Amino acid sequence: MKFLCIDCDEQMQFAERRQPGDGTFAAAFRCPRCGRSVALLANPMETQLVDSLGVRIGGRTLDPQPLEVTRGAMRGREDAFADTEHGKRETGSGLAWSAEAQERLARVPGFVRGMVKRIYADYAAERGITDITPDVMDRARTELGLEGM
Amino acid sequence: MPMSIRTYADLTGRDQSGLGEQVAEQHARVRHRLAGVRRVVGVVSGKGGVGKSYVTAHLATALARAGQAVGVLDADFNGPTVARLLSTDPSERLRIQGDAVVPVVGRDGVRCMSMTYLLEDGRPLTFRGPEHDSFVWRGAAEAAALREFLADVAWGALDVLLIDLPPGIQRCLELCDLLEQPPEGVTVTIPTPESGEAVRRALRAAADRGVRLLGIVENMVGPEFPGDAAETLSQEFAIPVLARLPFHPIPDLWNSLATRVRSAS
Repeated sequence: MKFLCIDCDEQMQFAERRQPGDGTFAAAFRCPRCGRSVALLANPMETQLVDSLGVRIGGRTLDPQPLEVTRGAMRGREDAFADTEHGKRETGSGLAWSAEAQERLARVPGFVRGMVKRIYADYAAERGITDITPDVMDRARTELGLEGM
Repeated sequence: MPMSIRTYADLTGRDQSGLGEQVAEQHARVRHRLAGVRRVVGVVSGKGGVGKSYVTAHLATALARAGQAVGVLDADFNGPTVARLLSTDPSERLRIQGDAVVPVVGRDGVRCMSMTYLLEDGRPLTFRGPEHDSFVWRGAAEAAALREFLADVAWGALDVLLIDLPPGIQRCLELCDLLEQPPEGVTVTIPTPESGEAVRRALRAAADRGVRLLGIVENMVGPEFPGDAAETLSQEFAIPVLARLPFHPIPDLWNSLATRVRSAS
């Protein structure tokens, strides 16, 4: 998928991706010559279709988690996975979760909680973040499209 | 005046989304995960209720008792039954180890992955998303589940990975798309001409996609279901009838079937 600034005849560059939490999706592209920006806006059906393919518009920044699409898309058994436990300090990783972050993680459905926890941990590790707070979770949520998590 | 719009190929800059590359990476992940699997065999039938899962489970355990390392991937996401047939606990909690899910080990050491372990008891497979449009994306979601069951489960070194396919041909075709080479195929039918007709269509579709057909298992042989579907299909497709199973088959029949599937490699 590429975007063309017709006036400049220049390929536009991917700027950012957002999932505002209403099932929709937005991807912004900017012309490097004139600075004009456009946003691709997808409705919930289109967003779900792209998510079901397991791909990310704008590219992936983190490796996929095991059963990522399946776990993220289906309604599953609360205790299907043994990684549901939350709020622990990751042994050997140097990561710490604030009390508020632990509370927020506890509200994530059990079926995906372990996966979401690992996604936040991978996001933090990639950025050299050692303390996971709600602010870090918000940034990860926006950048990675962790809707409802 | 019409706008001047260059094409996708005209733009030489990198596709930053790289959706094609992401899909290629998905295929690579499947290949990597199955690198230790010697054979992939799909158990397929165009007909429901003929006993595919029953045959899959018993074939798996017979192969295992013969010394083979065996896995079963239950690809019937909407009607999973293999997990119970392999005597595993449907409430088993799946463990994640590294980048993969550890398969559940069932009877005779057969490794198993099934939607059974992910679903609430008695609940159907449902997805979160805009339900009134689900006909648009549901197929993609189920195809993704098949891909992830192949790529994200630590199958390890196996002599054979059996794929218990749902009725029809769609998931078999998806399996062909995901694997580096089409799988081998064992088909299951009951003797009736109605079953034979449905299975014929599935076999034709599978053969057209390059599936190497190993043979036919005729199940529920007896006066209840008269017919000679297996023999008819055997002649039409030039493949052997691997086993004829009565309602209560003796263990020797499963051992014989396992031997014939092994020797067909």
